[in-house]
Amino acid sequence: MDTDLSSQDRKDLDKFIKFFALKTVQVIVQARLGEKICTRSSSSPTGSDWFNLAIKDIPEVTHEAKKALSGQLPAVGRSMCVEISLKTSEGDSMELEIWCLEMNEKCDKEIKVSYTVYNRLSLLLKSLLAITRVTPAYRLSRKQGHEYVILYRIYFGEVQLSGLGEGFQTVRVGTVGTPLGTITLSCAYRINLAFMSTRQFERTPPIMGIIIDHFVDRPYPSSSPMHPCNYRTTGEDNGATYPSVEDSQEVCTTSFSTSPPSQLSSSRLSYQPAALGVGSADMGYPVIFAGGLNAAHPHQLIVPGKEGGVPPVPSQPAHGTQADHERMVMCTPLDGALYSAATPSSSEDTETVSNSSEGKSASPHDLLETIFVRKVGAFVNKPINQVTMASLDIPFAMFAPKNVELEDNDPMVNPPDSPDAESPLQGSLHSEGSSGSSAGNTHDDFVMVDFKPAFSKDDILPMDLGTFYREFQNPPQLSSLSIDIGAQSMAEDLDSLPEKLAVHEKNVKEFDAFVETLQ
Amino acid sequence: MGMRCLAEGRGAYCQEAQRPIIEPGLSRAFRSAVWRRGSSALPSPAGKAGRACLQAQAAMNCRSEVLEVSVEGRQIEEAMLAVLHTILLHRSTGKFHYKKEGTYSIGTVGTQDVDCDFIDFTYARVSSEELDRALRKAVGEFKDALRNSGSEGVGQICLEFYQKKKSRWPFSDECIPWEVWTIKVNVVNLANEQERQICREKVGEKLCEKLINIVEVMNRHEYLPKMPTQSEVDNVFDTGLKDVQPYLYKVSYQITDSLGSSVTTTMRRLIKDTLAL
Repeated sequence: MDTDLSSQDRKDLDKFIKFFALKTVQVIVQARLGEKICTRSSSSPTGSDWFNLAIKDIPEVTHEAKKALSGQLPAVGRSMCVEISLKTSEGDSMELEIWCLEMNEKCDKEIKVSYTVYNRLSLLLKSLLAITRVTPAYRLSRKQGHEYVILYRIYFGEVQLSGLGEGFQTVRVGTVGTPLGTITLSCAYRINLAFMSTRQFERTPPIMGIIIDHFVDRPYPSSSPMHPCNYRTTGEDNGATYPSVEDSQEVCTTSFSTSPPSQLSSSRLSYQPAALGVGSADMGYPVIFAGGLNAAHPHQLIVPGKEGGVPPVPSQPAHGTQADHERMVMCTPLDGALYSAATPSSSEDTETVSNSSEGKSASPHDLLETIFVRKVGAFVNKPINQVTMASLDIPFAMFAPKNVELEDNDPMVNPPDSPDAESPLQGSLHSEGSSGSSAGNTHDDFVMVDFKPAFSKDDILPMDLGTFYREFQNPPQLSSLSIDIGAQSMAEDLDSLPEKLAVHEKNVKEFDAFVETLQ
Repeated sequence: MGMRCLAEGRGAYCQEAQRPIIEPGLSRAFRSAVWRRGSSALPSPAGKAGRACLQAQAAMNCRSEVLEVSVEGRQIEEAMLAVLHTILLHRSTGKFHYKKEGTYSIGTVGTQDVDCDFIDFTYARVSSEELDRALRKAVGEFKDALRNSGSEGVGQICLEFYQKKKSRWPFSDECIPWEVWTIKVNVVNLANEQERQICREKVGEKLCEKLINIVEVMNRHEYLPKMPTQSEVDNVFDTGLKDVQPYLYKVSYQITDSLGSSVTTTMRRLIKDTLAL
């Protein structure tokens, strides 16, 4: 009933609700763009900032929102919904969240439209700003880029929550009572992120440019096209993260990018692993190892920087991925060196891995061939079945004595003439347990997670802390520490000993005088 | 610090008259409410109501919310800033510009996202460097006090929104809180990197829950001070910042020692002193 509401108030209220809906959409989509949002406060009112909040208007988003609303306003039974979904480079997509702006019949006649309602809508928008950073999809959207993108879709009408999977959760952002009804803003978000269990991941080129997808056969009444929440090209690196993984970066992870300086470092560093018999694909550990593989050498905390644009997401055995995914969510990598997948099903993974690794081991090396030429053979021909890092969750598991019989074949114990790349610990540590890492199952099942050293900013500048750290992670071995030289000098010492003794005997008197001065 | 409730340390408002309960006879409903001053309070005008307090009435009038977090030492600052900034985001408006005939226009509040270095968390705060500096200073002092206090590492930081009530000479103004947020902090010590990594994520999730709680409280649309006239604006808002205008607030903290009692009740006025004299 709006007999109590003056026409001016009614007009104002309609305007407020309309702009509130538009601003809501802007806030939600901007929060899923994958970058930090920053707007300035201004003490003098510009007159164009609705609800006294500086919220930019992305024209395309406004256009979509207006199209969806098509002149109507949210009312009972007609809600405005913003659907956020994730789409991988292979074309899988999954709904992550649905934000609903609803109106119900409970009216608050006493409230003053131009003042109280306006301020409360402003407060609700601030709450929305806070809540959009809090749902799980925010962290996913910050890492979009190579592997997946975040898309949005606006529709008007009945809320469709079926695409969110089982057990989705709801958070209510807030409500504002108006004389025409109560506006409610809420979000339903997916909890179960395991949709990828049926797909086998393969290495694909990164998504370049903006993806526009038109879903023609969506089951919803108003099938509007999906739009990417990403307005920049994916030339920037967002790390080759596993799409459904929560952000679990830390010290020892890595990311690959196409930025030139980091490619330089990548070529340098990749030598190290090659010499150690570990493929560059191994480097990245930390989040998960489907193959139960922990190739983490304590030195090699980080993967050789960034490879040219190809994220080393390994192929995963099909049946293992479900388990992998769960492990993904559960495991927390901290220190790549220490972490080995404590995975229940890793033994079976190893098996499958051994079957698939033959074929797969070639692929990760495609890009690395130029660098690792010598080493490819070491992995490919290596018998796989002896490697089982399965279910080892003790630190330094890879150095536990095992598979000793492999030493003879181990390229690390008898390294072919690798120029410079043997780290000091290699001799002592690798000879024991490095076989695990050298197996061909290295590159199959691991996930790249962003390497984010504390206090470093986003990897916008080429030479930032992370790159620096990676570059200088593996210095070449000191020459004085190499065994050969040591042995050589020992022999020389022995030979020269008689001469030295003769010289010293001659100078006995001087020495005695010196000793006396000390006393 | 103005009139404090005996047990709870809260002030009181009369909701009907939209004024703090100061003078006797102000409101029939609350005539029997009497207050006792805290030790650091200012002298109050003569003729005030007496000294006892009706706890229930106090609870009705000043909103008090308590949040608890367990964090590692290096996460204290970021966790506190995330919570305080989120609260202040909701309790700040643009600068008021009064025009004639009692109308005013409001400036614009910008926001920016802040990524935490030690917690897997991002929060949105008001784009105001002055406000950020003030909060950082307060949180920094709290963190230092907490780290220096002893091994237990339990403390709380309070963000209090208050209104000033001008008193007649020679007495200075009263500060009547209308909303108090208490954040209890429990500092844990972790043994190794693995636990720290888990803590990063757990604290991130906890902060998400806390923010949802805060937003829930904010959207109950309970008592807020009335929008003031130009002469009264300094009694309600902090007009000292150049780009935004939060409600008058102060931050204080308490460190609890291992015995559980407040040994160092260090009530510090970090921002916005109430001593007008």
